[in-house]
Amino acid sequence: MQSEVMFAGFGGQGILLIGDIFAHAAMEEGREVAWIPSYGPEMRGGTAYCLVVTSDRPIGSPIIRNPMHLVAMNRPSLEKFAPMVKTNGVVVVNSSLIPIRADRSDVDELLVPANDIAKDLGTTKVANIVALGAFVARSKIVGFDILRQCVKAMFAAKEKLIPINLEALEQGKKVAEEA
Amino acid sequence: MGKVLMKGNEAIGEAAIKAGCFNYFAYPITPQSEVAEYLSRRMPEVGGVFLQGESEVAVGYMLFGAAGCGARVFTTSSSPGISLMSEALSYISSAQLPAVFVNIVRGGPGLGGILPSQADYFQATKGGGHGDYRLLVLAPDGVQEAVEMVMMAFPLAEKYRNPVMILGDGLIGQMMEPVEFPDHLISEPSNKDDWATSGMDTRNRKDRNLVKSLFLNAELLEEHNRFLKAKYDRMKQEEIRYESYNTDGDYKVLIVSYGIISRVCRTAIDMFKTEGLEVGMIRPQTLFPFPENAIKEAVSKSGCKAAISIELSMGQMVEDVERSVQGVCPVHWYGKAGGDVPTPEEIMGVVKPLSK
Amino acid sequence: MAKTFKKTAALSDQHTHYCPGCTHGVIHRLVAEVIDELDVRGRAVGIAPVGCAVLAYNYFTFDFQEAAHGRAPAVATGIKRVRPDLIVFTYQGDGDLASIGMGEIIHSANRGEKFTSIFVNNTVYGMTGGQMAPTTLSDQRTTTSPSGRDVADVGMPIKVAELISALETPAYIARQSAIKPKYIVRAKKAIKKAFQYQLENRCFSLVEIVSTCPTNWGMTPIEAVKWTEESMHAYYPLGEIKTPE
Repeated sequence: MQSEVMFAGFGGQGILLIGDIFAHAAMEEGREVAWIPSYGPEMRGGTAYCLVVTSDRPIGSPIIRNPMHLVAMNRPSLEKFAPMVKTNGVVVVNSSLIPIRADRSDVDELLVPANDIAKDLGTTKVANIVALGAFVARSKIVGFDILRQCVKAMFAAKEKLIPINLEALEQGKKVAEEA
Repeated sequence: MGKVLMKGNEAIGEAAIKAGCFNYFAYPITPQSEVAEYLSRRMPEVGGVFLQGESEVAVGYMLFGAAGCGARVFTTSSSPGISLMSEALSYISSAQLPAVFVNIVRGGPGLGGILPSQADYFQATKGGGHGDYRLLVLAPDGVQEAVEMVMMAFPLAEKYRNPVMILGDGLIGQMMEPVEFPDHLISEPSNKDDWATSGMDTRNRKDRNLVKSLFLNAELLEEHNRFLKAKYDRMKQEEIRYESYNTDGDYKVLIVSYGIISRVCRTAIDMFKTEGLEVGMIRPQTLFPFPENAIKEAVSKSGCKAAISIELSMGQMVEDVERSVQGVCPVHWYGKAGGDVPTPEEIMGVVKPLSK
Repeated sequence: MAKTFKKTAALSDQHTHYCPGCTHGVIHRLVAEVIDELDVRGRAVGIAPVGCAVLAYNYFTFDFQEAAHGRAPAVATGIKRVRPDLIVFTYQGDGDLASIGMGEIIHSANRGEKFTSIFVNNTVYGMTGGQMAPTTLSDQRTTTSPSGRDVADVGMPIKVAELISALETPAYIARQSAIKPKYIVRAKKAIKKAFQYQLENRCFSLVEIVSTCPTNWGMTPIEAVKWTEESMHAYYPLGEIKTPE
């Protein structure tokens, strides 16, 4: 079973980072994984996105036009990628910054006020982790325990950031479970 | 050591260190500058040499000098940078120095773009610089194979006293995949006392060594070129590597494809299977020497109606495929050169009509 | 009988291919003597240029590499970085170092690479037949400046030693001449100093040596010496231009 997740937003939102954490979690579960970033001029201040492909078989084409799922952190990302998501995919919408909706009846749209939740936690910098927590709780592509471990590992060098990021993960999970 | 998730460019840098190469000279160019960034941190940690040269031209000759005095050395660059290094590649080949060059290919010609491409196939396999020389060219299809090929490249370069090129592409450089660095690919540097300018005091032999490419005498230059040709012929005997996919049974079409696009082809072949159409693939892992016989044999199988070269260029490898097929069946080409990698569906659309 | 002279071990027995009146042979000899006096032949590596000295490796008896046009400083950088214990020098002419290889020499000097460059300036491309070089003097005739170098068209000749001295990285930069014994003695001193600084791992060093090319200048060797002293020494002053702190 292969799944593809597009993480998208603007530069500085930590898009590549949550893709990285998610990819690590899949790898730790023993799955095949490929993390493909956008690169080039657009990575300097414009939109940033990365695609994470996970599979229980060796991954063939890492080039995916229609991802299974989408985590959209800003409006241009939702506008660009929502129409491409496969039927029954999960679409996480950062509703703090995105006033519109995916406008698709065939996907599982999950509104997550990621920036507001992060702000309540003390810094909007963890909005990306809130969204990641919500996405994983909803899609269940990787186990939540492993995800927690990977968040800890990612911030191992900045240990004091671990508690707030773990809390952000839980808050995201809560939104997904209550929605 | 278990698997680690690494970006292709960083994994390439680490693979060289694991392979016992502690000397790296380079000039930044997208989409492979992460190798230099990574090694600027790592080389000091392992007591190695990292130097950012003033140009790719200079870097090419830094490799010449370092390899010439017997050190394992490598560089990484991308297409326009490799053009500038091609002068040094000609000299290094003639002087018979082992050195490893990684080309994370981007779109061309000229400045082109920074997205993945395979448009440097001719440059890598047919020359690029002047004179009769060949590089041993390895083409990985992902991060793990890039790691393995980098580790293999150093002993291969030493075996033949010839530069080895890894021909990757922007996607392999930029993507992250789980990798491991196989212990069995760790190698000891060869003894180079017979030829390296390592300083006479460091060797048992007391005559001096000379590293050069000048042969003003016609007979000597002829002899030198014949010697080089024999070496390239030996590579054709001993170093051809390729992977076959779905070729055990019968198939209607044979795809020849390498590098990142071969993975897209593999997915297309799997999708064809569910539709009941069998398509085989030969994936050259060495582009020089080229798996001519394997391709000839694969298209000679009854039921194979056509061959198609699928590549991220406007039709370069297809010439080698035609040469290999020798008229046994029609040879087609499909490719893109703007940086956009075709999808499996796109490839299916091209291959399907050939099966009829 | 006491031995007062012996053969320079670092020089081979081969006859050079240089023209009568050319000073390459003298400069080779000076380099070889310095290498022997410092007792570093067993760890010396020379880099030959493209130009008249392309075959220089035939005249020395220690390890040598032959570089492409102008790239000798990059080759030397590669060697010295991976083998800092070797004593490395480039031997380059004016076309090689100051034209096609200007980028390599400037950046090697500026990085403070610990090798020595012997820069032989005779104002013309010798090997290719006397074409104009970056160091060709104003109004000097060459095969590509038949009416004399027009500085309004191609600029003034480059003073390499001064140019490199403008860099801040500590370096030993000197210009000497090889046309008469009194100059040759000073040239040898400068070459020896340069190699000594390298042995002490102190700095990049470059010794420019004003030299002759009677063949391409269309002069007899004696005329060439006279012209060098009158014209070249005037434009290219001799002496130490920069010494390490």
